[in-house]
This record gives sequence, structure tokens and C-alpha cells, in this order.
Amino acid sequence: MEKFTTLQDTAVPLEVENIDTDQIIPARFLKATDKAGFGENLFKDWRFDKDGKPVEDFSLNQDQYSGQILIAGNNFGCGSSREHAAWALKAYGFKVVVSSYFADIFKGNALNNGLLPVQVSPEFLDELFLAIKKDNKESFKVDLENQKIQIISSGKSENFAIDAYKKTCLINGFDDIEFLVSKLDAIKKFEEKQTQMREAAIQE
Amino acid sequence: MKKTLFDKIWDAHVVESIPDGPDILYIDQHLIHEVTSPQAFNELKEREIPVFRPNKIVATADHNTPTENQHLPVKDLLSRKQLKELSQNCEENNITLYGLGHPYNGIVHVMAPELGITQPGKTMVCGDSHTSTHGAFGAIAFGIGTSQVTQVFASQCLLVEKPKRLRVNVNGDLRKGVTPKDVILYVISKLGTNSGTGYFCEYAGDVFENMSMEGRMTVCNMSIEMGARGGLIAPDQTTYDYVEGREFAPKGEEFDKLKAYWETLKTDEGAEFDQEYSFDAEDIEPMITYGTNPGMGIKITGAIPVEGGKSDAKALSYMGFKPGESLIDKPINYIFIGSCTNSRIEDFRMAASYIKGKKKAENVNALIVPGSRQVAAQIQEEGLDKVFEEAGFRLRQPGCSACLAMNDDKIPEGEYCVSTSNRNFEGRQGQGSRTILASPLTAAATAVAGKITDFTKSLN
Repeated sequence: MEKFTTLQDTAVPLEVENIDTDQIIPARFLKATDKAGFGENLFKDWRFDKDGKPVEDFSLNQDQYSGQILIAGNNFGCGSSREHAAWALKAYGFKVVVSSYFADIFKGNALNNGLLPVQVSPEFLDELFLAIKKDNKESFKVDLENQKIQIISSGKSENFAIDAYKKTCLINGFDDIEFLVSKLDAIKKFEEKQTQMREAAIQE
Repeated sequence: MKKTLFDKIWDAHVVESIPDGPDILYIDQHLIHEVTSPQAFNELKEREIPVFRPNKIVATADHNTPTENQHLPVKDLLSRKQLKELSQNCEENNITLYGLGHPYNGIVHVMAPELGITQPGKTMVCGDSHTSTHGAFGAIAFGIGTSQVTQVFASQCLLVEKPKRLRVNVNGDLRKGVTPKDVILYVISKLGTNSGTGYFCEYAGDVFENMSMEGRMTVCNMSIEMGARGGLIAPDQTTYDYVEGREFAPKGEEFDKLKAYWETLKTDEGAEFDQEYSFDAEDIEPMITYGTNPGMGIKITGAIPVEGGKSDAKALSYMGFKPGESLIDKPINYIFIGSCTNSRIEDFRMAASYIKGKKKAENVNALIVPGSRQVAAQIQEEGLDKVFEEAGFRLRQPGCSACLAMNDDKIPEGEYCVSTSNRNFEGRQGQGSRTILASPLTAAATAVAGKITDFTKSLN
């Protein structure tokens, strides 16, 4: 997995709440059997009209916005568990998604792909959108080590929470698979115990 | 210590807890399908890691399969390739596959319960968010991403943070025409689409106790639509009666032994929840949605709220509705009865009981898709197919179908579809389609009237 430590960049705003993974990557693109090529279909039906022309007022199509940070409305990534959504965001070039709330499965998928979900307060999210409105070339610094996101021009910042284990994984580029495989002995022991545990529960 | 049902099952599956980190949770049953597994198999191959417990995995083909002419080669080449890879991957790794045409084939969340694979007290996962369905049996079941599918392949475990505990109580008597789908749509409309995020939800109260297993599955299925990772209902006699005798259910003495364990799976009196909500059954009426997330629901006779959330204007513009508007008499040209939410035998009995002796309206295109081959067979056995055919409904072969429109079953752009599925997201049933979520009964009544109607007046 790609490592993540800090990132300072401009951002693309997407001020819509409850963005579901069907919007991030529509189901008709889920027929692929590898992980390549999802970036071009990211937000397909919001980015392009039915004739394939770019939708002008959609922020990803607007020249004034750029950068590897996506700032989105509350409850980002709800709905389907498709990890293709995280692959699409990553392949398009995003490294960080900021929102005031993330759906559980999307959050896990993002973390498993080196895409950092940064959850901020609703108030700070408003500040972020405002900062881009004022200056679309505003930069933001995302510091994973210190769990902090900062608006560069004003210096305003907020801390964000992340599971300590997941943080270590991201900083070092570790993923869960190797770790779990290293635990196979403990897992086999657990399997042997399972029946006894059920019997003990009945006795209680 | 007093424990909730959720705690009892979770704690019994923790292999190890990582300090300041997630638990290593043992998974009893892994279900897979063609769409979210190929990349996981590829990853294993690249790393040269074998599948650890192939006998704890069952595969089905459901998401992109056609619902007509399933005996012929699949027309869509990408779908065909994906299905072929599933077959190859299962064969190479000794995984049982109930592929297209197999008598056990069906939507993963319909076929596993009906085969007795789903059982109380189990931990179950699948690369599909509606895995929450299996919680109806008093199991911990939740959807996972493809990286996690890989983890379970490699270790039969997952690294997961333990969710918080939520309980939703509904007590009282349900009114005439109010179905389990209406109950869950009502709960989500009250709590919102992200109220459950970070939680596992137990449904309690006499409304759920009195529900059939099919109804409980409908409720638990939609837990994810309020953001909850999963939902569960304590197992009881209804559960045991449903499981007993099914193909892969434990038999004889083994069943009795397990049943004794299942009977311990109840939330202890006085156990604490992190969050709790209670509703009265009498307040619930048949529900429909008006927006582009499942939380945007109203009573069928109600009006679209005038003051909504931040992005409601975008949703209403997509749907072509106005704040304050009632949807009664809105012409509807498409209805879909199917999906992992409502494609079990009871759902079709419910629809058929309303349709019997009636005809669908001229303008309506009515699609009926059973959840599995076994449900399809039962529809025929009970003669429901005749009822649907005589009323002008099209009965198809099983699959996920128009719920997510990965196959040819799509709703055309701009058209409304009253659908028994679980998501009304933009374009979910086809580009530009507009979904109105409802129960099988409401969908049947809409098909007959050709418009949204307050059918409760006509119920005996």
C-alpha cells in the first residue's frame, strides 16, 4: 500500500451531502475484474451528461479547482460497499477526502487503499468550503502524524481522529493481510476452542 | 457483566484484541459473488497466499446475471467474463459455487438463509452492504470491501473496530396494509440516513417478535440504509422453526445442542446501549420515498416536507418533485418487485393476494424477479405465477436485476419506478431513473392503479 504522511495541496470542493458510492462509481462500471481504469468513470453521471459532454457546473470539471484533496458534504460514501469507489477516487488522483462524516464501509475501504478520510467538525467543514470560495487556489495541509488539517492562509486548523493501528499502517504503507497471515496459529487455536466456548455459554 | 446480544456474539469471536486498535474477529461464514471477489482472488494469487478455509465460503452469481434465458450464454461480454472468473476462482480454490442455473442459485442474501447456511450466533460477511440481512437470525452479519474479502480469504478473520450498540424498539400493533418494509422505511425516515453510522443495531419489541423470518430479513437488510454496519434480532422459536430441516442446517442431536446455545443469545435485562430509540407501531403507515436517499420517506398519504436537509433541493430537482407536494395520484409507469430486500416467497404472496382477480393498469410495466431458484419454484408450486401472468406482470428468473441495473433490467431515463428494492440513489435503476421505494403491497397496488394510490381504504 502507498504510504501517507503529509500533504499540502489545493482542493476540489463538492458541497453535496450524502454522496453515495453509486454516484462515485455507477454500478454499470463494476464489471471489471481488475483494479485499473476506474478513475475515468469517477462521478461519471455528475461529470458528464448523457451525450458524454462534461457538465460545466460540476466542480471536478471546473478549471479553477485542482489538487489531490476532495472536500465533500456530510456523510460521504454511504450506500454500497463497493471498494471500486475508493479505487476510482485514488486513480483519479485524490489522496485525501475531507467530510464531516464518513460511512463506515467506505472509510475502511479508503484506509485499505492509502486514501485518507479526514473527518472534521461540521463547523470546520464550513470553514474549508468558505476558504475555497474566497480563494480557489487556497492550500490545505493534511498532517497524519499530528492528526491535523490546516487552512494555510489563515492558519486555522483542526485535529482529526484516526485509529492508532490504521495510522501506523498508513504511515508505513502496511496492509492488514500480512498481519493477519502472521496470526494464523492463534486463529487455528481459536477454531479449536469454539465448540467449548459455546458449551460454556450454555452452562452460564 | 450484563451483555447485549451483539456483545455476546462479537466477544465469542474475538481471536485477539490489538491494544489501541481493532479486534481480530473470526468469521464463521463468508459469502461471495461475482462483482466484489475477482480483485481479491487476484491479490491472493499475486502474493501467493492460499485460501485458508475454503469450506467456510459459499459463492453465488447474482449481481450482473440476466433474468431471461439463463440457460443461454450470457450476452453481455463483460458480465460473462466476470461470471467465468468466479467459476474458475471457485474451482481453483475448492469453493462451493451455486452458479447460474444451479437449483440453489439466487441473490446471496436470499439463498444463504433458505439453505440454512445462515444461523443464529454466527459471524458472517460478504462483499455486499446488504449482508446485514442475515442479522434477522441473531447473527452478526455485515458488508465488507474487496480488501477485506482478501483478508477473510487469507485468514478467515477481519481486523475491525467493535461498533457501538444501538437499539430500536417498536411496540404495538401494526395497522392494516403496513408491512415490515414500511416499518424499516419509517424508522429510517425518522432517524436519517447516517444515524446508524458506527453502530450495530438491535431491533427489539413485539413488532419484530411477531414478524416472520422473511419480514425480519427485510428489516435487517435495510440497516445499512441508516448507516448501521448491521442489524440483528434475537433468535426465538420463529428462527429455530425456520432453520430446522434446511439443507445445511445442523441435524438431530447437533441441532438440539446448537439450539441450546442459541437460546442464550438474548440481550440481558439491564444491558446498556450507546443509543436507543423507541417508536409506536400505531404511528406507522404504508411508506414511500420522495428523494434520492432512503431516509427521504413519507407516509403514502403524506406530503413532501417543506423544510428539508441541505441537499434536498438537488434531490427534489432530480426526482421532479416539489416541497409540500403529495404523491397521491402521481402516474407511475414502472414497478419492480424483487431485490434482496423483498424477493422472498412471502413478498410475492403479499403482492399476489392484492393482485388476484385484478389487472395491471395499461401504462404500467410490471417486473417481478424472485430472489432465488427455490423461491421461483415455490411461486409456481403455489400458482402465484398464474396470478401474476393473468394480471399482466412479467415474471423473470432470479437475480439482483433492476435493484442496481447491472444487467439489462433498467428503468428508462426520467421514468418513475415504485420499487421494493433498498436504494433510491440517483441513477440506481438505470441512468436518469427515478426510484420510489415501497413495500411489495404498495408496488402491487401502484401497478393496478397505474398511479400512487391510498390502497389501504380498499383492504378488507
